[in-house]
Amino acid sequence: MELREKHILMDEMDMKRALTRITHEIIEKNKGVENVAVIGIRRRGGPLAYRLAERIEAIEGVKIPVGILDITLYRDDLTLMSSQPMVHRTEVHFDINNKIIVLVDDVLYTGRTVRAAMDALIDIGRPQCIQLAVLIDRGHRELPIKADYVGKNVPTSRTEIVEVKVKEFDDKDAVVIQEKIE
Amino acid sequence: MKVLIKNGRVIDPLNEVDGKMDVLINNGKIADMDKELEAGENVRVIDAKGKIVCPGFIDMHVHLRDPGYLYKEEIASGTRAAAAGGFTTVCCMPNTKPVVDNAAVAAYVRQIAARTGIINVLPIGAITREQKGEQLTEMADLIAAGCIAVSDDGKPVEKAEIMRNALEYAKMFDLPVLSHCEDLSLSRDGQMHEGYYSTIYGLKGIPAAAEEIMAERDIILARLTGGHVHICHISSQGTVDLIRKAKAEGIRVTCEVTPHHLTMTDEALGTYDANTKVNPPLRSAEHIQALLAGIKDGTIDCIATDHAPHELESKDCEFNLASFGISGLETAVPLIMSLLDKEFDMYRMVQLFTAGPARVLGLNKGSIGIGDIADITILDPDKIKTVDPDNFYSKGRNTPFGGRQLKGWPWMTIVNGKIVAEDGRIIEE
Amino acid sequence: MALAQRKDLLGLRDMSREEIEMILQTAVPMKDIIKRDIKKVPTLRGKALVTVFYEPSTRTRTSFEIAGKYLSADTVNLAVSTSSVQKGESLRDTIKTIEVMGFDVIVMRHAMSGTPHYVARNTDMRVINAGDGANEHPTQALLDLYTIKEKKGTLEGLAVTIVGDILHSRVARSNIYGLSKFGCDIRVVGPSTLMAPEIEKLGVKCYYDLEKAVAGADVVNILRIQKERQHSGLFPTLDEYANLYMIKKDKLKKAKEDVLILHPGPMNRGVEISSEIADGTQALINEQVTNGVAVRMALLFLMMGGTRDESTN
Repeated sequence: MELREKHILMDEMDMKRALTRITHEIIEKNKGVENVAVIGIRRRGGPLAYRLAERIEAIEGVKIPVGILDITLYRDDLTLMSSQPMVHRTEVHFDINNKIIVLVDDVLYTGRTVRAAMDALIDIGRPQCIQLAVLIDRGHRELPIKADYVGKNVPTSRTEIVEVKVKEFDDKDAVVIQEKIE
Repeated sequence: MKVLIKNGRVIDPLNEVDGKMDVLINNGKIADMDKELEAGENVRVIDAKGKIVCPGFIDMHVHLRDPGYLYKEEIASGTRAAAAGGFTTVCCMPNTKPVVDNAAVAAYVRQIAARTGIINVLPIGAITREQKGEQLTEMADLIAAGCIAVSDDGKPVEKAEIMRNALEYAKMFDLPVLSHCEDLSLSRDGQMHEGYYSTIYGLKGIPAAAEEIMAERDIILARLTGGHVHICHISSQGTVDLIRKAKAEGIRVTCEVTPHHLTMTDEALGTYDANTKVNPPLRSAEHIQALLAGIKDGTIDCIATDHAPHELESKDCEFNLASFGISGLETAVPLIMSLLDKEFDMYRMVQLFTAGPARVLGLNKGSIGIGDIADITILDPDKIKTVDPDNFYSKGRNTPFGGRQLKGWPWMTIVNGKIVAEDGRIIEE
Repeated sequence: MALAQRKDLLGLRDMSREEIEMILQTAVPMKDIIKRDIKKVPTLRGKALVTVFYEPSTRTRTSFEIAGKYLSADTVNLAVSTSSVQKGESLRDTIKTIEVMGFDVIVMRHAMSGTPHYVARNTDMRVINAGDGANEHPTQALLDLYTIKEKKGTLEGLAVTIVGDILHSRVARSNIYGLSKFGCDIRVVGPSTLMAPEIEKLGVKCYYDLEKAVAGADVVNILRIQKERQHSGLFPTLDEYANLYMIKKDKLKKAKEDVLILHPGPMNRGVEISSEIADGTQALINEQVTNGVAVRMALLFLMMGGTRDESTN
């Protein structure tokens, strides 16, 4: 299967603006960041979580805890996959009990990843509440899950693939839509 | 009924014959042999163009399992396996239940063979009663009942004194003593050849020394007594060297080697398939080279299969619990033919299957001459076939050679002038 | 070959370096799970694992069982007689019975080499070798490799000395196969009667002198000596064995200063290992046990987490 880049949804500047807006929304909704921590879902949720934390610090002058969650062991499709994804460490080096946890992921699609992330999170503690921040919501939910903070809502077809690129792993910051060509 | 075998290459090492010749069989005997024979009336003509016409092959070491272990083999099935494999005569070992250690059991074997067998079956009597290695059998009586040699095969005669007496006593009758050479204290619990691969596979090794020590003892006793010792299924370089030296010294020692010890190494045990488990064990490539050298220089007298059929359950289990042995009658000839040209020629091969065992046992067999009984094996050197244990006539499908493609197979087996097998299939009456 | 594509884990001999690395890497997050309050992930929910040990070993069996449980697999031990394997039901029938109960994986220990290979040929279940005769004990070697790598940061080029009954040791063999894939300088040392024939061909150096064998060693892996070997005449007395081969402080003078001490357990103190070493700071014997669970979790996940059928993707 080949992929063809269909068009660019967001460029570097668009991403920056979206993250800044989400940062403000987080601060506003939680009336400050006193009890807030951000945890990114591996892999591209990780850098996005750190960027949100940086912005929060810039605005509020407070360093909030950041973690990375590996959800591989909580996926519900493991036995259906032809080869296992690599398991990585979960890096949450703070106590999540009674915290407001903002889960961060790049794309919200079926909702299954978020479901797995919530299970993984609850196995390491009992947060006061869990909120969800995503850069892109592309629809097609299979579970009753809704994001609290959305960078951009994008109507897509199931044949399309939304790819978020981050400088930490990719060559640039961008969001692109790709299409499978049979 | 007359049969004329035309256009074949006749190889008869006992008579030093090798050439294109026609052979006429009448009334179970060789009636005529010449460059060109005319087919008369009522003669079945067999066109053996491209084939090798040999004296009937003799396997001097098989286990037919009757009496006592009919679930492993019967004389009916064992002789059919032999005929399909190109043999016209087999000598069966006495480690049955009861042991062939008296004339009555020997007579029983011959009787069942006459009734259900389709080739010549010559029984071998035990050296000691119940093969316990303590008291000699009534060898004169065994000979009278048709035994052509004595052996405690399956186990060694442990005490040197008993072996000495056996050789002395058998010498009176010019009876060969066939010795299974194994020092049990060295081989105990052993599963395979001791060496690199036993280290790799973590199986207890059987050192070549276990065979060599006993072979040396028996050679020394043969020198002492003047008796004839025949070392069964030799598998090691050391044994070949000992026998070579003893023969040069004029000691009455002969020996046999099996096809599996010439064609498969101990590396094959890596799958832990119990069909590779055999005693003596499959050895390393260096030992095979030494055995082949022994064939080339005449140290080794003959090839014998040590056909050891087993029921499935004896092999389909944990490796350590599996029985030793390979069902060898139906693969022996093609395995040896696969070594032709590379290692030795057709003439030497025919000798190892005919004149060789006939001389060891003093049999009036193993040649094609006018007036001889018409036991003939015809080989097809060009036939290519894959070994399929499911098609064995033997009840024992325990072979490690299943799936191996081999070139050169027996084509026709004639016993007493009668065609008993053709192209691997038995011709039933 | 990826582990998910492998039906069975029978040994390290024919396992690739990449596969071993994958297991060691996966064991790192698994070890994190063991250290959590909630020591459970739902990964293998609905999978069933049976341990069948024809040779007593509480340690390895428990390690596999808890590894399975931490991953939410259902684990059961089938109590089999360890003494009279020859009597009664054939192994083949026993295995079939287990298979039709619906188990996905069988973890097997057997005193006879090659038995897991035989079982693997005769069942659709995945077979994990938990030690067969003198052949292999792959998960022990994997946990040894993990422990070494965790402490040293790498396995590459380390000098590892394996001490004791090399001839009968499946731990030695699996360690040799594993370490040799990482270019380690492997030395084996023990009495000549307990040395396996032609073992140098595996690329190891063979010693009879303990001090020479541990000179410059980064790791010393001590094998358990089976007291029955004395009775079969392979060495004269345990005292003489201890005198020649027991690991104690003064025998390690020429080893690297930060030499790591491994022992698969259970230890015979005063025979193959002195208490000062066993209880010393360089001994990783307890760490090995924890790592054993992590490595077995990694293995179970890698073997059972995916499917062998490509078409279901």
